[in-house]
Amino acid sequence: MTAALQPLTSLQAGQKATVSEIKLPPPERSRLQELGLVSGTPVELVRFALLGDPVELRVRGYNLSVSRHEAEQILVQFAA
Amino acid sequence: MATGAPFYVVVTGNPNCGKTTVFNALTGLRAKVGNYPGVTVERKEGRMLGAPADLPVMVLDLPGTYSLSPQSLDEQIVRDVLYHRVPAVPPPQAVVLVVDASNLQRNLYFATQVIELGYPTIVALNMIDVAHKNGHEIDAAKLGEALGVPVMPVVASSGQGMSALREKIVAALRDGRGAVSVKSFCKPPSELAREVSAVAKQIAAPVTPRHSFAEALLLLSDDKFIDSSGGHYPPATRQTVEAARRRLEEEGVDWRSAAIESRYSRISAIQQAVTTDRLVAAETFSDRLDRVLTHKVWGLLVFVVVLTVIFQSIFTFAKLPMKGLEQGVDFVGQHVGALLPPGALNSLVIDGIIAGVGAVVVFLPQICLLFLFLGLLEDTGYMARAAFLMDRVMSKVGLHGKSFIPMLSSFACAIPGIMATRTIENPRDRLVTVMISPLMSCSARLPVYTVLIAACIPETKVLGFVRLPGVVLFTMYALGILVALVMAWLFKKTLLRGPAPMLIMELPPYKRPLARTVLRHVWDRAQLFLTQAGTIILAINIVLWFLVSYPKNSEVKREFDLQRAAVETKTFPGLTDPKAVAAAKADALAHIDIEEKGATLRGSFAGHMGRALEPILRPLGFDWKIGIGIISSFAAREVFVSTMSQVYNVGGYDDTEEGTQSLAAIMREQKRPDGSVIYTPLLGLTLMVFYVFALQCASTVAVVRRETNSWKWPAIQWLYMGVLAWTLAFLTWHGGKLLGWG
Ligand SMILES: Nc1nc2c(ncn2[C@@H]2O[C@H](COP(=O)(O)OP(=O)(O)O)[C@@H](O)[C@H]2O)c(=O)[nH]1
Repeated sequence: MTAALQPLTSLQAGQKATVSEIKLPPPERSRLQELGLVSGTPVELVRFALLGDPVELRVRGYNLSVSRHEAEQILVQFAA
Repeated sequence: MATGAPFYVVVTGNPNCGKTTVFNALTGLRAKVGNYPGVTVERKEGRMLGAPADLPVMVLDLPGTYSLSPQSLDEQIVRDVLYHRVPAVPPPQAVVLVVDASNLQRNLYFATQVIELGYPTIVALNMIDVAHKNGHEIDAAKLGEALGVPVMPVVASSGQGMSALREKIVAALRDGRGAVSVKSFCKPPSELAREVSAVAKQIAAPVTPRHSFAEALLLLSDDKFIDSSGGHYPPATRQTVEAARRRLEEEGVDWRSAAIESRYSRISAIQQAVTTDRLVAAETFSDRLDRVLTHKVWGLLVFVVVLTVIFQSIFTFAKLPMKGLEQGVDFVGQHVGALLPPGALNSLVIDGIIAGVGAVVVFLPQICLLFLFLGLLEDTGYMARAAFLMDRVMSKVGLHGKSFIPMLSSFACAIPGIMATRTIENPRDRLVTVMISPLMSCSARLPVYTVLIAACIPETKVLGFVRLPGVVLFTMYALGILVALVMAWLFKKTLLRGPAPMLIMELPPYKRPLARTVLRHVWDRAQLFLTQAGTIILAINIVLWFLVSYPKNSEVKREFDLQRAAVETKTFPGLTDPKAVAAAKADALAHIDIEEKGATLRGSFAGHMGRALEPILRPLGFDWKIGIGIISSFAAREVFVSTMSQVYNVGGYDDTEEGTQSLAAIMREQKRPDGSVIYTPLLGLTLMVFYVFALQCASTVAVVRRETNSWKWPAIQWLYMGVLAWTLAFLTWHGGKLLGWG
């Protein structure tokens, strides 16, 4: 039962999902993968900063801040 | 006695894994800080404490990095040192890999990459106390088995496990062979493995024999690996790699991510096998703190309070030691002056060298204070939160959130501000921040503003309640900020164009700062400033001393000597008390000294330059006397005030209230040849606008030269700020005239 892919930013603060795909240019995409956001990894959206940018994530037990633009290009799947 | 060259060991690991703490614990507080040749990446090395006499060990602290595919200058240095590509750094004989036990998976990504290089490697499994608190117990022996290298559990901040780590390092160096079989943690899909093996055969001189597979893997899967390696690889390698990538694409293999995914799946398996989890509260203390500190409202409030405290302290606490240092320098000057016979040497030593040294050391208190606070913010982990909060605002002009603190620091002084840009990883963003920081009105402009406001701006009220001088002062500060943002945006669009900065940034858990680390940070910065910037600042000061004191005109001297002789023989009819007569004579002599100084200055090279500059300055409404003030304040802006005092023969200027008032009073009386007042409100505004923008600070030039490692950027900065200063002053002057202000 594969749910539709959606941008990470569609999550509410505190919600979790699974990374599926990153649609960013190679340096950003590779760096996010090297930081542990490979497909199949559980990720939690911790919070949005003021005005919704940047976005704080939790992945593999640590916290990471990415810009909203970057977060929008991380496509995730809801753990239904 | 140590025999021969020391053994070379590098410490490496992810940012925030406690690497600096491990390094400090290994070396004590005797490390040397410098730069790698040609780049401003900090290079720290020191002898390891407790190494046996016959086996001296030199430890090099590498910058923190997330992977061997570099994304910044810092990360590139790490890769290049591990690949023996930095000529100034000897090939390491062993590697200490610091791994954060409380963030095991991500730390193992880089760790396994390094282990594959085949060096004798020791893992320092740090922060086991934090992992324990979070409910994770890690079996170090089991992890060591999985990684194929010894794993030493440590708590670097308390020193626990450090002596065992030291022994292990010594043992590894004695053994010298390293791991018998180097494990591989990346089992890429067979298509990729095939291509990697093919590329590996082409690698001429791998770091270690087993290492060519690891290098080939990076060559294939990192887009920029060849480009960032300079001319290391022959064109043939590039062709092979590109052909291999094309084949892989045809076969549907994502060569960029396949290796990363495969490594992470191995790491997950290892992590699960070696960790036992206890049930603890899901939310750590750090998480709870972040609820407040990164909160949309409370977070910002706290941030504002933190900044206010920092900058108030830099302004107020630094004042006292700065005054003390100034007085100390004066004191030394007077005493040395008394020892030397009057003349050129005396003047060089006192007005050139001692005053020059003084100009350098007065910045020390501000630098130390700022770096004390920055060290605290960095060490606790708050700095990343500050960047998180400010990111949105800064990204509007194309800058990173981390640029905020250096810019703000520049209000106190651009020098610590520019030195603080080192926390910005992206070299382009760092450079933009360096370029615009001096536009913030620093504390050295304040005396200039104060005198000009006192001399030119009437004490009237605007809108019935705010005083005009206050409004003018505020406007000058605001003008600097506004133009800085515009310039940042412009630089990002032109000279320093590049993709918007990557905003990917770790938010490490909060930690209790270690006094040792923070003080060490302050000490390193202070030393760096004194030794490197200090020499240039001193040199520029001596040049300026020469310009304002030469040529000596014997005519002028003779004339004043005659006047002095006249005073000696003069009778004071009204005075009978010999003491009063002596006092009157001394007074008259002092007055002659002041006039002589003024005459010398007017006839000096600086005076001539002031006149030569008149054609450029006249359109701004400035005369050659202001020109002298501007030239002399190229050393430091506040010198303007003392120079103007000399130009107008005000006498020993001191920056007390009366000092300012008496200079301002004399300036108000100055008339142009046609009899009109020189220092009108409009002229005051124009001159202040000039001072907001002109880069009149030798120390800033010296520090920018140091931080950018070239004269190119300070030259560009000096020119663009000069052009801005002239243009905006011109617009102010003529715009004001059109509006009928002057
Ligand atoms: N609790 C704990 N804190 C540590 C340990 N090692 C380092 N720290 C703290 O972690 C923070 C970051 O350490 P630092 O050495 O600056 O990390 P680096 O960025 O890797 O150089 C500092 O506040 C240290 O005091 C440790 O083993 N346990």
